[in-house]
Amino acid sequence: MKTFPMGGVHPSENKLSSAKPIEVLPLPEVVNIPLAQHIGAPAVAKVAKGDKVLTGQLIAEAGSFMSANIHAPISGTVTAVDMVANGQGLRQMMITIKREGDEWVEGIDRSDKLVKECSLSAQEIIAKIKEAGIVGMGGATFPTHVKLSIPAGKKAECVIINGVECEPYLTSDHRTMLEHGEELVVGVTILMKAVGVEKAYIGIENNKPDAIAHLSKIAAQYKGIEVVPLKVRYPQGGEKQLIAAVTGRQVPPPPALPIDVGAVVCNASTTFAVYQAVQKGMPLIQRVVTITGKNLKEPKNLLTRMGTPVSALIAAAGGLPENAGKVINGGPMMGRAMVNLDSPVTKGCSGITVMSEKDARRHEASQCIKCAKCVAACPMGLEPYFLSKMTQKKNWDELEARMITSCIECGCCQSTCPAYLPLLDWVRLGKQTVMGRIRARAAAAAPKK
Amino acid sequence: MANKLIVAPAPHVQTAQSTACIMRDVVIALLPALVVSTIVFGLDVLRVTAISVAACVVFEFLIQKFFVQGPLTISNWSAVVTGVLLAFNLPASIPWWIVVIGAFVAIAVAKMTFGGLGKNPFNPALVGRVFLLIAYPVQMTTWPLPVNGAFDALSGATPLAAVKHGAAGLDVLGVQDLLLGNMPGSLGEVAALALLVGFAYLLWRRVITWHIPVTILATIAVFAFIVALCSDGSAALLWQLPLFHVLAGGAILGSVFMATDYSTSPMTVRGGVIFAIGIGVITMLIRLWGAYPEGMSFAILMMNACVPLINKYVKPKRFGVK
Amino acid sequence: MEVLLYTILTLCVLGVLAAVILYFVAQKFRVEEDPRIDEVEKMLPGANCGGCGFAGCRGMADALVKRDDISELFCPVGGGDCMKAIAAYLGKAAAEKQPEVATVRCGGTCEKRPRTNEYNGAKSCAVAASLYVGETGCAFGCLGLGDCVAACAFDAIHMNPETGLPEVDPDKCTACGACVKACPKMVIELRKKWPKNRAVYVSCVSKDKGAVVMKACKAGCIGCGKCEKVCAFGAITVENNLAYIDPQKCKLCRKCVNECPTGAIKLVGMDPLPKEPKAPAAPKAAPAAEKAAPKAAPAAEKTAPKVAPASEKAAEKAAAKESPKAAPAATKEPNHES
Repeated sequence: MKTFPMGGVHPSENKLSSAKPIEVLPLPEVVNIPLAQHIGAPAVAKVAKGDKVLTGQLIAEAGSFMSANIHAPISGTVTAVDMVANGQGLRQMMITIKREGDEWVEGIDRSDKLVKECSLSAQEIIAKIKEAGIVGMGGATFPTHVKLSIPAGKKAECVIINGVECEPYLTSDHRTMLEHGEELVVGVTILMKAVGVEKAYIGIENNKPDAIAHLSKIAAQYKGIEVVPLKVRYPQGGEKQLIAAVTGRQVPPPPALPIDVGAVVCNASTTFAVYQAVQKGMPLIQRVVTITGKNLKEPKNLLTRMGTPVSALIAAAGGLPENAGKVINGGPMMGRAMVNLDSPVTKGCSGITVMSEKDARRHEASQCIKCAKCVAACPMGLEPYFLSKMTQKKNWDELEARMITSCIECGCCQSTCPAYLPLLDWVRLGKQTVMGRIRARAAAAAPKK
Repeated sequence: MANKLIVAPAPHVQTAQSTACIMRDVVIALLPALVVSTIVFGLDVLRVTAISVAACVVFEFLIQKFFVQGPLTISNWSAVVTGVLLAFNLPASIPWWIVVIGAFVAIAVAKMTFGGLGKNPFNPALVGRVFLLIAYPVQMTTWPLPVNGAFDALSGATPLAAVKHGAAGLDVLGVQDLLLGNMPGSLGEVAALALLVGFAYLLWRRVITWHIPVTILATIAVFAFIVALCSDGSAALLWQLPLFHVLAGGAILGSVFMATDYSTSPMTVRGGVIFAIGIGVITMLIRLWGAYPEGMSFAILMMNACVPLINKYVKPKRFGVK
Repeated sequence: MEVLLYTILTLCVLGVLAAVILYFVAQKFRVEEDPRIDEVEKMLPGANCGGCGFAGCRGMADALVKRDDISELFCPVGGGDCMKAIAAYLGKAAAEKQPEVATVRCGGTCEKRPRTNEYNGAKSCAVAASLYVGETGCAFGCLGLGDCVAACAFDAIHMNPETGLPEVDPDKCTACGACVKACPKMVIELRKKWPKNRAVYVSCVSKDKGAVVMKACKAGCIGCGKCEKVCAFGAITVENNLAYIDPQKCKLCRKCVNECPTGAIKLVGMDPLPKEPKAPAAPKAAPAAEKAAPKAAPAAEKTAPKVAPASEKAAEKAAAKESPKAAPAATKEPNHES
């Protein structure tokens, strides 16, 4: 069975909510919509305090090409455009809307009717996706219209749909593939048309046999779409790992992009959102969020409007357990620990994981025993023990030479370390610093030309 | 919610396989050989092992307590591993005070002076053993006979020594004896089969990978095969010589338990293979043409010295780089 | 006998041969270097702290010798005397800088700034800062993980376990600036070093609005501007909800200290002014002092060490040379040695 070429780990899967059908979370009374919930420039608010907005109405416009539109997830009155604390307790610009009913703007088809045919041109499709404010919903939040705009001189050869969901606990993509398989596959044909390719693969790990069977059956009706079962291994959902697993091609180190090996990767939920945007005129105002954790009463998959406070999801799952020690926005491998549970669900939030205090607290770190398990686990072929040490010594040149910028921050090294060293904590800092140095160098070199 | 939320960067999961867990697994993997050795040489085996382990643990504790700053790491079982491995490199008849001296050299000189676990460039047990071999050559090469076998032909020499000095032919012991350890030798090296059981356990527990042990043994076998090919011996020599060199002496003990020592082996698989080939070749050079009948310890220590160099120049295969 | 002779002879020949080879090699690969660099390096403190901007003292010495204008170069560790000595040796004009000291501008002690969560990652402010807000509700203040302590080459900054904040030992601090660079929150500032380590500064860097600050910390600056109004020397500015006392303009008069509603303005090495309903002297003295301020500055510095009570007195004395009436207010203070 196919998988990526090097490294990787297999943490306990804990897919507690994989059999739970998607439920609709009741509409929140107040939502906070961050203007920066995607990679790139923040969106620019188009509404002010006191404005009435309808569900699906554009409230913030993309700040540049590398940015995304934001729409009102509920109807009501804008009560503030101000700094509000996010999940990490840092204050950022958000639009606050108080709900009044649920009135939608016109032109959005909210029925379940499957619309297969799409007569739009590639440009029109990309324009619609841009209009709908779609970004990568697997967590990276890269604006999808940017991804689909193939740069001049490059050629896409295939579209790869990421249905891997290798992150433990999370099941939102899994449920979307099962419950919206038909629409998802239409979404795949739209993406193929947008980038002008004849071939698409849907990569799914074989711990989701039901999704593999379901999508294979649907994909058989279409030309050029193939479901690729993959061996269960984290971080298979990493873009570069998935491309290598499916096509066998390895994306060269940064600044190379997946398009350099002819691949355009799109997450399964994002593909469904693309279908909704292009065929139904639905902007990205809601998504499936897995609320999960071993001590939660009822782990669930909830269709949630953007901007809903995380606390509302936790309440829907039976409330925060007594022994809760950590609430993670995302899964346990790459998710971000939260301090503010009133912070909103955003476009990149695929799940909320609640961990008990016992599971959450790190073991005490001891000294490195040079076991090389981190080197063996690194899916990018790096030496985490060395990168971590050099970061602490601030040896930035050595870090750059040892390719720290290739690090995808998957966390395999740290999760596998028997000495419980905070390897990635340091490597991440080193990577940020080195990338800053590279940018500074480029900026210094630019005026001379 | 009763407590404050805990915040840390991702990942939020950690392996259950801690350092102590790994070290304990190594000790468990050494137990079959200890049992076989006790059957072969009698209760002296347990005496030597107990003294060695106790001495190593006590020395590490005292040094950490009184000379080195930082937390006590005695609970991570690494001193126990060193103790058992040191004992496995000694003859069962060795006086207790020599064991204690060996333990002191292993822990105090080879391990703690470099900063303790993970920082020592040389395998502590082997440094202890080689020190004793040079300081007490008589006691270190006086091998007791197995308690339940009559091996007059060997008269207290290890098979390797007997063959080297021409006292016996390659067929001095059958394959069965070599596998089950019915021969004179140090505690740990006599029972090839028991060591291989330990090897399988370590692989199953993912403590080590197969690359280093298998490469060393393969190198030894290939080397012996070529030597046999070049000599004008009988056709039987072609399989006898490789098999003998793989099974006799410390080849299996060294390759499975000593060469794979984390801090003294390279960090990459490719580096590990280079390291292992080096050990195999040096071992055979010493065994066939050197002054000592057995060269495993020296080979491992020599290649230990090359590890920093290997780590510097052999980097893992990077993703996306051709 | 013959063997001995041959041995000695061979060794001698080998020795001579090696010497000759070494001589030529040394000639061939000799690096011409100004011998003054060595001398200057010896005159520098040799701490290799990087406070001058060079990697080490050698780099600084090299620059000092090679550059014609060395007024930009300054060794904070050696200080003015060291620079003067070097300048005299090199026959160049020395850079002059007043002595400075690292100042931790955060008053968010464990008591004043409650912990809202527990940080469990790598013990590094830089790591924590790139992750989230920190263990308290304040996104600007000290994270308390000790990057500054690790950066200090002079053992001059230590964490106080009771407050959870770092404390600078002004006698050991050389103002090399390593802690300033190490702090990801830019909490530490190099400020003018007054005699007897006296200081008045705003011990807060939060740019949050007052309400947000008050929720997170009882000792934060809420940007109310009271201090700005009371300052007679125009030393205080409030920008982005945060007051800042310009160390060059401040005369340590301490009026702002009493005005501050949250106690964010810290007073070190001096007793606070007695609390008076309204200081009658201040308004009168203000215009005079403002005029005299530029001139008074050096005077205040000179007199401060000699005059025992706070240097505010010295400043006012200098300012009030023409108007002696302003002085009495200050003379009432207790005679205090820090």
